Amino acid sequence: MNSLLEVRGVSKHFGGLVAVSDVSFSIAEGEIMGLIGPNGAGKTTLFNVVNGVYKADQGSITFAGEDITGYSPDKVVHLGLARTHQIVKPLNDLTVLENVTVGACFGREYLDKAAARKVASEVLQRVGLGDRADTVARSLTIAGKKRLEVARALAAKPKLLLLDEVLAGLNPTEVATMIELVRTIRDSGVSVLMIEHLMQAIMSLSDRIVVLNLGRKLAEGQPDEVVHNPDVVEAYLGFPDIVDKLTRTD
Amino acid sequence: MILRRPFFWIILLIAAGFIYAPLHGNNVSLREDLILVAIAIILASNLNLMIGYTGYVNFGHIVFYGLGGYVGLYLTTVRAWNLVLSALVAGVVVSLCAFLFGLAILRLRGAYFALATIGILQAVQAFVSNFDPWGRSTGMYLSFNSYQSLGGARRALWITYFLIIAVMALSMIVSLVIKNSKFGLGLFAIREDEDAAVVLGVNATMYKAIIYSVSAFLPAVAGALMFFKNGMIDPSIAFEYMLSLEGIVMLMLGGQGSVIGAALGGTLYEKLRSYLLTSPVLSNFHLVIAGGLLLMVVLFAPGGLIGWVYRLVPRARKVIE
Repeated sequence: MNSLLEVRGVSKHFGGLVAVSDVSFSIAEGEIMGLIGPNGAGKTTLFNVVNGVYKADQGSITFAGEDITGYSPDKVVHLGLARTHQIVKPLNDLTVLENVTVGACFGREYLDKAAARKVASEVLQRVGLGDRADTVARSLTIAGKKRLEVARALAAKPKLLLLDEVLAGLNPTEVATMIELVRTIRDSGVSVLMIEHLMQAIMSLSDRIVVLNLGRKLAEGQPDEVVHNPDVVEAYLGFPDIVDKLTRTD
Repeated sequence: MILRRPFFWIILLIAAGFIYAPLHGNNVSLREDLILVAIAIILASNLNLMIGYTGYVNFGHIVFYGLGGYVGLYLTTVRAWNLVLSALVAGVVVSLCAFLFGLAILRLRGAYFALATIGILQAVQAFVSNFDPWGRSTGMYLSFNSYQSLGGARRALWITYFLIIAVMALSMIVSLVIKNSKFGLGLFAIREDEDAAVVLGVNATMYKAIIYSVSAFLPAVAGALMFFKNGMIDPSIAFEYMLSLEGIVMLMLGGQGSVIGAALGGTLYEKLRSYLLTSPVLSNFHLVIAGGLLLMVVLFAPGGLIGWVYRLVPRARKVIE
């Protein structure tokens, strides 16, 4: 399989704090990769380095065969790598449709405004915000704003989508629809890299999982491999043998 | 297309009114009143591109007007160029300066950017006050010959007036075109959340430098025309800090982000100011009233007059942009 994204030996420091240290992994075309780890493990920082918000101190990032290390975020989007934000960033005073039109206008296809508007309405239908197109973004609920984040990123027609905790703060019904949405995104040929704390969701969605802890890569593999990895269990729960204790039947 | 927007034709009608009213009966005093209104509209409209569209408060916007006046007067007087060409060159030169200033200071955000714009105003004023070819602090005077090439002073003043009205209409048209363009959408995204805009693919650095430069062009042309009409220029009248602040009051009063809002605010504020300045009781208080007005608008009607109209009649948005 061709790898779409290739992260090699990436490190990022903030002063004395090592946020990400020597992390490498790759994502194949059409793959859903989960990125998990305890709070402060460096997941969002890694996203920020990949899409160019931060410059990597070391290492390289290759996307679709092009070395994008040090590219600015707007350039990265044109190449087809879009993302959502963990803390939603709606363009508050613009309508929902306008928000998504921005994504389509300045995304991979760099559409003109009329064409972008059309793409935007299609994407809004797809994420289930079709009936809110003309309301201002600030009046959406948190679930609506999360969908808006996804819609804006999708409107850019990305090859790879980075999803930063799109399930956090949603109720069970909303979680189910969002999971369904991520599946349809993958089925349409878009690769996905997602940060998520909701274990059941990420275990069922991901083809492979990378675990970060204290900025380092702790494990990588299929979901069931990763959950039984003693290092991962220790990082999350503190005791490597807790899974055995909890699942012991005698 | 821009021709299909009703508001485009409204702008042309407004300009036609400005031309017809004083011409009818050769009313020179009305012309002089309207010229001040037109300058107010030009300043407020172009300031709107920065404040209303992009979300960057420029306290030193008047620097473009003053610098345009200097370049224009220098070209018409010392170089004896024709007026239209001088004004256009003034616009281009000042726009280029603005583009370079912009690349330097537009990395700053919020209050820091606003402070830097004051710095630019002060720096340019200090430079011009010590610049020999432009007459240092005594400024420059227009030679009377410059009027002769336009067929005498009387005719020259009318021609200048028509040109200023044209610049006024153009200011509003530029605002309208940008508002409805992809470029404008990128600016709005920057205004709402610059970090999000960049992640969505907007090249914010370039967009900000371009709009800063665009917002300099027509004020500079207007400055060249206005100081040609006045026949003299010096640093204190060219870079009048108060006028820079009053431009912000005009914009807030009318409604930032709206084309007609900027024009309306410019008109009303200019009318109010001339009334206050000529009234025997209140003439010393016009800035007090301006300050009070700004406070009231910011507190009670942050969308300005036009925001209030939009709230009452939401459908007005489609026609009055």
